[in-house]
Amino acid sequence: MSAAMETAEGRVDLGKLYAESNIGETIDQLESDLVGLLPVKTRIREIAALLLVESARRGLGIQAEPPSLHMSFTGNPGTGKTTVARRMADVLHRLKYIRRNHVVTVSRDDLVGQYIGHTAPKTKDILKKAMGGVLFIDEAYYLYRPENERDYGQEAIEILLQVMEDNRDDLVVILAGYKDRMDTFFRSNPGMASRIAHHIDFPDYSADELFRIAEMMTTTMHYRFDEAGQAVMREYIALRMQQPRFSNARSIRNGIDRARLRQANRLFAGRGELLDRAALETITAEDIRVSRVFTQQ
Amino acid sequence: MKITQGQFSFLPDLNDEEIKKQIEYGLDQGWSIAVEHTDDPHPRNTYWSMWGTPMFDLRDPAGVMMELNACRKEFPNDYIKVLAFDSNKGFETIRMSFMVQRPADEPGFELVRSEGPGRTVHYTLRSYATGRPPGGRYSPAAAP
Ligand SMILES: Nc1ncnc2c1ncn2[C@@H]1O[C@H](COP(=O)(O)OP(=O)(O)OP(=O)(O)O)[C@@H](O)[C@H]1O
Ligand SMILES: [Mg+2]
Repeated sequence: MSAAMETAEGRVDLGKLYAESNIGETIDQLESDLVGLLPVKTRIREIAALLLVESARRGLGIQAEPPSLHMSFTGNPGTGKTTVARRMADVLHRLKYIRRNHVVTVSRDDLVGQYIGHTAPKTKDILKKAMGGVLFIDEAYYLYRPENERDYGQEAIEILLQVMEDNRDDLVVILAGYKDRMDTFFRSNPGMASRIAHHIDFPDYSADELFRIAEMMTTTMHYRFDEAGQAVMREYIALRMQQPRFSNARSIRNGIDRARLRQANRLFAGRGELLDRAALETITAEDIRVSRVFTQQ
Repeated sequence: MKITQGQFSFLPDLNDEEIKKQIEYGLDQGWSIAVEHTDDPHPRNTYWSMWGTPMFDLRDPAGVMMELNACRKEFPNDYIKVLAFDSNKGFETIRMSFMVQRPADEPGFELVRSEGPGRTVHYTLRSYATGRPPGGRYSPAAAP
């Protein structure tokens, strides 16, 4: 038994439990690694508190079913759903809700077969691999195709429902997708809706948040924008947000990858001069300015 | 007659917690786990029926338990064993094998003598259970 529960009068020290779990470290890291996402971070902290209190209750011999933690993550592309799913596994693992710190990411094609008798073994195979950790189902609504009444997706859903109910101790299922389509999916699959305890909505990022994400991404890659580069990056973000197929942080990552390419070409074109570390690390205004984003309207 | 075979044959039957721990050990070694069953208890019967295919890339025993419980449900009166296969070069063989279910009633074996020329006697074992066709060997419904 942990030190936090050793008191003779049968009391428990949540502060100590918190310190012992090291969960603070994980949450602090989440705060600093992920820009914005306030509602998501709040919910993760709430879940952490729930699990800490749960272990305190268990420590004092209070018996109850473990809480159900199947979740749904809704939000536009590139808002961090997959990234947060990984972090969530880490949090749940540190709080001993799941036994393994691993996430199995799947979509319809991994679960649903092509012919009769193909779906059940496929779905079960994935479930077995995910056991002990987190099963992350991206674009979960593709499992349900009402336009085809013999679609095998329904079979996969039924197996999932069964396992979500029977193996609560063994598996956390996270469904992810765009908000409106997930809402429709839950409306037509009330069984699924009723098994999901936490619906977490991922908001789109503001221009400012996207800029901070850009800075963070460049820093981890050991690049930085010079002053003019920063200003152009802000312009880039403002324009990119208005254009089609904008996908939040992912668009930023792609933009930076292309700026990196142009920086390399600029340096290579000017070869002959000796380059210092700063030159190799700096992304300038012109590396960003030539992007299509500035010409297409 | 309690038939034993494989690892832990000298121990009382393992309970589910113990089975899980043993599977976990196998998974931690990187082995793939399989479930097999039979209703022919003869010690020379090495070819048990496979319950599905061997399971690769599992991280937790819960996945194996899911299959094991499905097999138990389908064949409540069979012998069932769990095996672990090591695909590493130099091994490429079963590294672990132990029984996880047995029929409630095991009638045992008859010692059959057959006399040959010159008063020689050949001995063989015959399972009482295999007197009946497969499928009905241990189920109560098939009892005479
Ligand atoms: N808040 C954030 N802070 C820093 N980086 C982020 C943040 N959100 C997302 N990213 C980065 O953006 C990229 C896309 O994120 P992710 O793949 O998690 O999005 P998603 O919501 O799963 O998208 P999709 O719906 O298209 O699958 C990743 O490289 C991730 O590291
Ligand atoms: Mg994703």
